[in-house]
Amino acid sequence: MNEGAATSAREEILSRIRTALGDRPSPAPVARDYRVAGSVPADVEQFVDRLVDYRATVHRCGSDEPALRLKEILDARGVPRLVVPDGFPPAWLPAASLVTEPVSTETLDEVGAVLTTCALAVAETGTIVLDAGPGQGPRALTLVPDYHLCVVRADQVRAIVPDAVAELDPRAPLTWISGPSATSDIELRRVEGVHGPRTLDVLIVG
Amino acid sequence: MTFLGIPTASSTGHLRAPRTFPEAAHDALGNAQLRRNLGDATATIRAKRAGVVAELPDWEQLRAAGAAIKDETLAHLDEYLIQLEEQVTERGGVVHWARDADEANRTVVELVRAAGADEVVKVKSMATQEIALNEALADAGITALETDLAELIVQLGHDAPSHILVPAIHRNRSEIREIFLREMAGVDPALTDDPRALAEAARTYLRRKFLSAQVAISGANFAVAEAGTLCVFESEGNGRMCLTLPRTLITVMGIEKLVPTWRDLEVFLQTLPRSSTGERMNPYTSMWTGATEGQQFHLVLLDNGRTATLADPHGRSALRCIRCSACLNVCPVYERTGGHAYGSVYPGPIGAVLSPQLTGVEHNPTLPFASSLCGACFDACPVAIDIPSMLIHLRAQVVDAKREAHHTPTPEAAIMAAAAWTMNRPRWWARGLRAARLSRFVRRRRALPPPLSAWTASRDLPDPPRETLRDWWQREGGVQ
Ligand code: SF4
Repeated sequence: MNEGAATSAREEILSRIRTALGDRPSPAPVARDYRVAGSVPADVEQFVDRLVDYRATVHRCGSDEPALRLKEILDARGVPRLVVPDGFPPAWLPAASLVTEPVSTETLDEVGAVLTTCALAVAETGTIVLDAGPGQGPRALTLVPDYHLCVVRADQVRAIVPDAVAELDPRAPLTWISGPSATSDIELRRVEGVHGPRTLDVLIVG
Repeated sequence: MTFLGIPTASSTGHLRAPRTFPEAAHDALGNAQLRRNLGDATATIRAKRAGVVAELPDWEQLRAAGAAIKDETLAHLDEYLIQLEEQVTERGGVVHWARDADEANRTVVELVRAAGADEVVKVKSMATQEIALNEALADAGITALETDLAELIVQLGHDAPSHILVPAIHRNRSEIREIFLREMAGVDPALTDDPRALAEAARTYLRRKFLSAQVAISGANFAVAEAGTLCVFESEGNGRMCLTLPRTLITVMGIEKLVPTWRDLEVFLQTLPRSSTGERMNPYTSMWTGATEGQQFHLVLLDNGRTATLADPHGRSALRCIRCSACLNVCPVYERTGGHAYGSVYPGPIGAVLSPQLTGVEHNPTLPFASSLCGACFDACPVAIDIPSMLIHLRAQVVDAKREAHHTPTPEAAIMAAAAWTMNRPRWWARGLRAARLSRFVRRRRALPPPLSAWTASRDLPDPPRETLRDWWQREGGVQ
């Protein structure tokens, strides 16, 4: 890159902005009189409802049953082998053929199924947020396989979007997932599954 | 010649109509298929949007907050851009600045070459369409592959997008099937026109490309100044594929797409999906800061006429726009003409404002007249941009520009001057709108005001809103 040219574009744009703002606009402060973090109680039933509305399949179980329930879900889907990222709770691991990290993109494509935890969830929008924390893996892990099974603890469900924003670290790679991949590009008919996982199963624990 | 620091309109890119709006609209109105597709599509999105907006008890507060956050951003844009640059750089990203489309395109071409690639995958992005990046890449021998399904349909159909959000809204399923059969290498010849089968064909076609691409190019919906975080909202997962898999990611972003703080996103994460696709939340939103998970990251900050828009105190609120397309879907003019008639990558009500602002009104003199000023766009806008008032403001600028250019008034300038004279006198305008509203009881055929009446004379228009915004404002005790 031509460093001289780059510097001058920067200086010129900043200088144009300062000229443009010559009238010193002083807008009114932002009123946060909408529902902010902590103002609404979280509702797990609403989370389930919204997930179903966006065509995810929801399963539930008690805190001591995840391993068993996960095995049942995988058997019902006919998933013989799946990728499990580092940091997935050992007590929850189902009796299945597991592929552990590191995994190449090609392996992800070939295995075609992944099991993860999440950072938190938002009830009002039926959203799961991944932040690459323990049990979630890098972003490609939940993207390339056609099947994603995500475990959400009931105490990870937040009420509304501001609750989630308040807790998340913006510098972590974040993926907000609301239902399976979808398109409405053809005559606005919703079709599930274009490039991301076409099937999203969610197990809510507790 | 430009002088340092003078806000400059854009001279390049896909912002200028080759023909006037009335000419292009006239052709579009003759295309019955287009009008049917558009009518169905906009009606569907309008209904979905209304449903999910009604679910939020604090919609109006979120809308006001969204407007205020954007105004704060614009009022200190230089400081926030510097902050963003610092944060992105600190996290291993490289920031580039581009005064106009040519400079942005040159930068991207050099970056792709430096990465040793001759093919790139792209996420749908208004900014890269605005600067005609695909054409610039092609000139440099680089193939750009659009990966959003609608953009792919448009690209394979050798066509232009007609809607911000649903670029192939003018195509129906059988047309799409024909395009795929004709243009998609290796497609199953037995492909049906079932949307599911068409989506599957696109998935198979693009998957190989995703897994092998070395460079991806994206736009950004937002960037957070205090943290350096960038966001892309999408539905299909093609965005995630591009943002995640290739070794090099190049993001081209207009300088106005900033928010000051991380917390500010809590507003737009609620208002953008509801306003654009009519969903509570779009299927995927990706956020990343700097070089992430071993990727190289380049951010290109684009002016291209934005500082010129910022310089106009009566016009700068157009830069609040978050490109949701809600204003398109409620616009009676857009619904009839479609996006192509606007001749710019930004169609509909916001396009009628933003395109002439970015290029200077002299290059898009008919667009500010491409509206009936019914006010539906303002009501739908999640950042409360008063589009009707800005159109009137721009109409006056067009008239002034014409007057300067021709010393003696041309017939066209005289008509525009008359229109602008009415529009600039609130009482006359209010009376005119009220007359239009009352007229729905007596007239079955409705027409747009001149000069739009020339091409809508024989078309039905929907009922004007029962109460104009201005009536409401006066009834609520507002002052003029
Ligand atoms: S002007 Fe408002 S409604 Fe129109 S696209 Fe921009 S943000 Fe959306």
